[in-house]
Amino acid sequence: MKTLLAGSRYLAVAAYVLFALFPLYWLLKIAITPEKLIYTQGTALWPSSVTLDNFRSVIFASDFLAYFRNSVTVSLVSAALTTVIAAAAGYAFSRFRFKGKSLVVVLLLITQMFPLLMIIAPIYKIVASLGLLNTLTSLIVVYTAFNIPFATFLMQSFFDGIPRDLDEAAMMDGCTRLQAFRKVILPLTLPGLAATLGFIFTAAWSELLFALMLINSNDSMTFPVGLLTFVSKFSVDWGQMMAAGVLALVPSCLFFVFIQRYLVQGLTAGAVKG
Amino acid sequence: MARIDIDSLYKRFGAETVINDVNLSFEEGDFIVLVGPSGCGKSTLLRMIAGLESISAGEIRMDGKRMNELPPRDRDIAMVFQSYALYPHMDVARNMGFSMEIQGRPEEEKRSKIEQAAEVLGLNRLLQRLPRALSGGQRQRVAMGRAIVRDPSAFLFDEPLSNLDAALRVEMRLEIARLHQQLGTTMVYVTHDQVEALTLADRIVVLDGGVVQQVGTPMELYESPANLFVARFIGSPTMNLMDIKVLAQPLGEQAFLSEASQLGIRPEHLTPVDAGEGHLQGRVEVVERLGADSFIYAQVPGAGRLLCRSKGNTSLKPGVPLGLHLDLPHLHGFDEQGQSLRHA
Repeated sequence: MKTLLAGSRYLAVAAYVLFALFPLYWLLKIAITPEKLIYTQGTALWPSSVTLDNFRSVIFASDFLAYFRNSVTVSLVSAALTTVIAAAAGYAFSRFRFKGKSLVVVLLLITQMFPLLMIIAPIYKIVASLGLLNTLTSLIVVYTAFNIPFATFLMQSFFDGIPRDLDEAAMMDGCTRLQAFRKVILPLTLPGLAATLGFIFTAAWSELLFALMLINSNDSMTFPVGLLTFVSKFSVDWGQMMAAGVLALVPSCLFFVFIQRYLVQGLTAGAVKG
Repeated sequence: MARIDIDSLYKRFGAETVINDVNLSFEEGDFIVLVGPSGCGKSTLLRMIAGLESISAGEIRMDGKRMNELPPRDRDIAMVFQSYALYPHMDVARNMGFSMEIQGRPEEEKRSKIEQAAEVLGLNRLLQRLPRALSGGQRQRVAMGRAIVRDPSAFLFDEPLSNLDAALRVEMRLEIARLHQQLGTTMVYVTHDQVEALTLADRIVVLDGGVVQQVGTPMELYESPANLFVARFIGSPTMNLMDIKVLAQPLGEQAFLSEASQLGIRPEHLTPVDAGEGHLQGRVEVVERLGADSFIYAQVPGAGRLLCRSKGNTSLKPGVPLGLHLDLPHLHGFDEQGQSLRHA
C-alpha cells in the first residue's frame, strides 16, 4: 500500500513535469526541424530528419547576437540595481521604526495595483521627454523601478527570518550598523539575494511590453522584441524563431545553475537555539 | 572592571512606561542579578545598559562617564544573548574572534586569545565547527567565549540559561559563578528564575512593572523582603501568607500586628506539632518526602493551605490533625499596601 502510494505520487509528479516541459520540448523540436518539414510533419513528436540550419542562420545571418547582448546588459544591470536597492530598503523595513514607514509600505503596494497597460502611455511620455527613447537605459530604469516594490517585500521577508539578536550581537562586538549588515546579515541573506536576483533577471529577460514601446531602433532591441523580427508581413519563420528561443533559454538556465546553490542553502540553521 | 550608575532612568514605548524611575549603583566586580516576572522590564533595563535600547530620560554612567549617547560598540561591554546569537556562517573560532577581527587586531593575538578562552571553556576541540554542529550547551559556551575574549569592563547576560535543560542549567550556572570568581569583572545578569538569582548574585535587584521593588544581597531579600511582591517572588517553595485575622488571637500583641493586614512565614519556620499545641490547628493534606526534607501541606481553617518544611522524614499521614508552631522572630508583617512592616 505504502509503495503504491509513493509510486502514484511519483507518477503524479512525472505527469506534471511532462506537462510543464512539453512546450519547451516542442520549442526544441521545431527549432531542429528542417523548414520544409515544419508544416508537413506538424504534429509528429520527432521530425524524420533534423538540422541545425536554423541555429546557424539565427546566429550568423541575423541580429540575434546584438539582441542577446542588449538583453543580457538590461537584465543583469536591472537585476543588480534592483537587488541592491531592495536589500537596503528591505533591511530598513525589517529592522527600523521610522516616521512614515507605513506610508511608504502603502505607496509601494499601490504601485503594484495598476495593470501595466494603464501606465505605459505616461511612462512613454516621461521617457521621451527625458530623451531616453531607444536606449537601454530607459529599460533599465523602468525595470528597476517596477520591480523594486516586490523585491523589497521579498528581501524584507528574508531579513525578518534572521534574528535581530545577530545584528545586536555584532554591534556589541564592535560593529557599526553598516558593518553588522555587511559582515553578518548579508552573508546570511545570500539565498534571499540569489532568489531576488534570479527573479528580477528572468522578469527583465522576458519582458516584452515596455521593450516594444520604448525601443524602435534595431541596435537597442532586446531579445523578446528581436523575436518579433522573425514575423514578417507574409510569413513567420517558425524554425528560426524557435531556434532563437532555445538560445534565449541558455542564459536563464546558466544563471539559475549559478544561483541555485544559494537558493537551497539553509544558512540560518543554528543561528539561535535549536 | 567598571562601576555602573543608573540615575532616574525611564523608558517609554509610546504611552507605556516600561522602566519607571530606576536608580541603581553597581560596584566594581559586583555580580548583579536583575530578576522579576516576564514583562517586568529587566531585559529592557539590560539592553539600555548595553546601548541597544534608547533612554527616554535619566542617565547611565560607567566609571562616572555618561553612556547615554554612546553606541554599543564604544561601551566596552560584552553581552551574552538568550538565543546565543552565534554567527551561523562563521566557525567557533571566528565567532569568538569576531570582535578582534572588527578591530583589526593582529592574527597572533587573536589566535592566542581565542585559544585561551577555548581552554577556559573546554572548547578546544570544537574551534573549527559551525554553530549548527554544536549542542545547546556548547553554543552557550561559545557565546560566553565570545564575551570573554574581549576582556570587557562589564558582562551582560540576558537569560543565558533559559534554553538549556535542567541538568545543563545547573552545570552552566556553576560555570558562570566560577567565571566571575576568576575574572572578577562586573556582571549584570537577567533572569526570571529566582533560584539562579539567589545562587549567583552578590546583589539582587527585584523588578516589577518597571519599578525596583528591592535591592539587596540574596539573604537580605530572603530574610527581610520589602513587600509582598518580593516575599512571594523570592524563595522556593514560596512564603506562606495569611490574613491577620487568623493569627490575631493565638499571637496576642506583637509589635507590628496592629498595623499588619497580612502575615507571612517561610515553610521552614513553620513546625508541625501535636494537635492542640502550637499557634494554629489544621489537618495534614499531602506529604511530600524529598529525602533531606519533607513538605507537609496542611489545611488550616481560615488560612487555607500552609506549607511546613521539616528536616528528614516525618511520620505524619494525610488526614491526621496537627498543630503548627510559628517561629515568631521569623514572622513577616505586611500592611494594607503590601509593604513590609519590619523592613526599614
